[in-house]
This record gives sequence, structure tokens and C-alpha cells, in this order.
Amino acid sequence: MKEPHSFSRVAQPIRNFAQRFAYVGLVVAAFALMMLAKVDTILVERARTHMTDAVAPILDVLSRPLDTVNRGVAEVQAMKNLYEENTQLREERMRLMHWKSVAEKLEAENRVLKEQLNVIPEREASFVTARVIADTGGAFSQSVIVNAGAREGVEKGQAAVTADGLVGRVIDVGSRSARVLLLTDINAKIPVLVDPTRTRAIMAGANLAKPRLTWLPPGAVVSVGDSVVTSGHAGVFPPGLRVGQVAAVGEGGLIVQPYVDLTRLEYVRILNFGSGGILQLPQRSIDADVPGKERGRRP
Amino acid sequence: MRPTFWQRLDAFARNLTPVALTLVLVVLNVVPTHIPGIARVLPVLPLISIFYWSIHRPHLMPAPAVFLIGLFQDGLTGAPMGLHALIFLAVQGVVLFQHKFFMGKSFFVHWLGFGLVGAGAAALSWALLSAFHVTLFAADAIVFQYIMTVAAFPLFAFIFSRWQQAFLKLD
Repeated sequence: MKEPHSFSRVAQPIRNFAQRFAYVGLVVAAFALMMLAKVDTILVERARTHMTDAVAPILDVLSRPLDTVNRGVAEVQAMKNLYEENTQLREERMRLMHWKSVAEKLEAENRVLKEQLNVIPEREASFVTARVIADTGGAFSQSVIVNAGAREGVEKGQAAVTADGLVGRVIDVGSRSARVLLLTDINAKIPVLVDPTRTRAIMAGANLAKPRLTWLPPGAVVSVGDSVVTSGHAGVFPPGLRVGQVAAVGEGGLIVQPYVDLTRLEYVRILNFGSGGILQLPQRSIDADVPGKERGRRP
Repeated sequence: MRPTFWQRLDAFARNLTPVALTLVLVVLNVVPTHIPGIARVLPVLPLISIFYWSIHRPHLMPAPAVFLIGLFQDGLTGAPMGLHALIFLAVQGVVLFQHKFFMGKSFFVHWLGFGLVGAGAAALSWALLSAFHVTLFAADAIVFQYIMTVAAFPLFAFIFSRWQQAFLKLD
């Protein structure tokens, strides 16, 4: 575009008017889009998925060098504390060996008891390990993009975890990328149980570093240090995934410190429990011939 | 003398660079750094770009492009769709409205101007975000993000001015 020397004096005001009109139109369009995003999320989310999918290969390449640098730094740091770490690990190993024997005993006991009670076995989970290629944890939303999508069998609603615990839930799936909503996002509302009292609660994010527990039953007793696990209610998450610890009990509510350091995610595992997606009803064919049982199992 | 086809193609490609650079900044903004806490206060780089080019080459940063950049930012960051489109358009609108004021002013005036416009943008984003989620947001992250963005302005303004001298001198 050149400066409009060639335009006549009449054309200029019309041009200005048209530009202003276009500007106002775009502002209105942006507003309308926000309204639409609030009302009809599917259409807008689909557009977002396509956008993310298109950029995924670029992000994949861009995030690699930084990952390498980070790993290098971590390795150098590890070298420095090698001796202390070794001693620490030895001690921890001793402790864990004890725990292992306890766990084995409990597992055997559990199996026997479950057999006696005819408990329906939980489905075994398969998983896909994906690399985090974009981190958008900010004031506006808390989510990450991973480099696995529908091609790798990732589906909407699946839980994302690391070895430490729960990370979040898959909310968008493209063909080669997926977006994981972190448990700190304002849209994340996760049904949890607080051990050891098995108190039910909803853990809600607020785009802050730590989520809070809400909707506790009246009279619930929760103290600092209690561990929080997913309850599996509402069928969004499989039950028993480690989430975090109650970090503070005070005026601001119950604050949970997640086990996973959500700011340093590199790889996440996306679990597939075979139930696929949040909107699919669980298969109850085993219960079908026992009418009373189905109702009883519901939370 | 009329420019040849290749000359026009060259000029066209050069003229696309402000928008292209801004899109690159949107992508760079979401590359994971793995530094604890930094993602929450990372500067909003495209905002600097839109402010800079709206002053220096307004016709190379037209409103529809700003709108699309905003959508791209929303799409990638997971923010409500249209939020950044609206914020970026507002910033551009203010700059163009005050264009006569910014023309030919020193760098420090531009920086100061960016400080003011950025504060408005931060306030607007807080208001829009709170309205969207129907809850009062904690403003700390947005305030830190604003400070970081203003702090990042000189570096990026320098890069853009170099770019302008190297590739967009003829305009």
C-alpha cells in the first residue's frame, strides 16, 4: 500500500470512514466471539484445536533446544551433589524396601479380600507419553500443549499424570497435538477425596499457583499435610490418582500443594482407562443382571 | 519508472514482515522455559510489536491483521477466544488516535506511552477476564506481566528499529 497521493479529495474521507467502520466492526467481532466462546464452546474450541495443530510442528522444534539446555543444567547440578544424593538415596532405599514388603503383603491381602467380596476389578490403564511443547500457564489460562494427538490415541477427557501425580485433563485433541488443562486452571474442578478421613471435596483452580478445596461436607475435618487423591466421582478422572497435599488451612480456604511441579513439565503420561472421554457412559454390562447394584454404586 | 514484478514482490514481502514478526513473537511466548514461576509473568511480546509498528508503520499493521494476531494469541494460550483480539485492537486504536503525538518523539516518550497504554491494556484484560469467568480475578499475575512487558519494551523496540532500517527503509 502506498500513500494515497493519487486519490482525489473526495475519496479520502470515504476511505477514512471505511477504515473506521472496519475497525469498529472488528472490535464488535472480537466481543461477539467472546460471547460465542462463553455460550457455544464446541465451535470455538474446534477452531482453537485446528490452530494449535497447525503450529504444533513449529513448537515441537522450538521447544527442543530449551529442553536440551535444561537437561544439561540439571545434569551439571546433579554432578555437584552426587555424593550427598547417593547417601540420601541409600537411606531412602532402605525405607522403601520396607514399604515394598508392606505393600506386597497388603496387595496380596487386598486381592484375597476383593475376591471374597466379589469386587468388580478396575480397568487397567494404558498410556501415551507425550512431550510438552508449549506452556501457557499465565494469568489468562493454565494449560500446556503436548505433541501427541488423535493419531497416538489421545482422547478428550483423559487424565494427564507424571510420576509425581496428577497434572490435568485433556480438553482439546487435534490430530498431532492436544491441550491439557492443568489442575490450577480456573475451569478445572476435580472431584477429590481427602485422606485419611476420605472426605469428599471439589478441588477448584483459580489460575493461581495452588488450587483450593471447595464444597466440603459440613463438619468435615481436614488438616495440613492430608493427602488429596482423585475420587473418580462424575467419571472424569479415574479414582486414586495422587493429586497433592493440603498445604494451608485458613481464612482463604483449604489450599492444596500439587505433587507435580506444574511449571517444569517436560513429559506427561496420558492415561487411557478404556472409558474414553468424559461424555461416554461407563459400561455396566456386568451389573445389568443385578438391578439394585447399579443404583447403589452411584456416588 | 514502474517497478518490475520482482521489485513489487520484494516490497510486498518486506511489508509483510511486521505482521510476521508479531506472529513469531506469539509462538515464542508459549515455548516452555521450565523456569519455575516465569510463565505466570512472561511479557506479552506481541503487544510491544503491535504498539511499535502502529506508531512507525501503521499501514503495515492494519486492524484486520491485529485482530487475527489476537485470535492466534488466544488460540495458542488457551485464553478466551477474542480476548486478546479485543485488547490488541484497543491498543492499536489508542496509538492511532494519538498518532500525531507519537510521531517524531524520542524513544523515551514512546516507552512512557507504552507504559500508559500497557497499563490500560492490563486493566482491560483483567476486567474482561473477570467478566468472562464471572468472578473477581487476583490481579497480581496481570500486574507482574505488565511490568515485565514494559521492561522488555526497550530490547524489542531496538530490534524492531534495526529491522525497520534494514528492510523497511523505502516506505
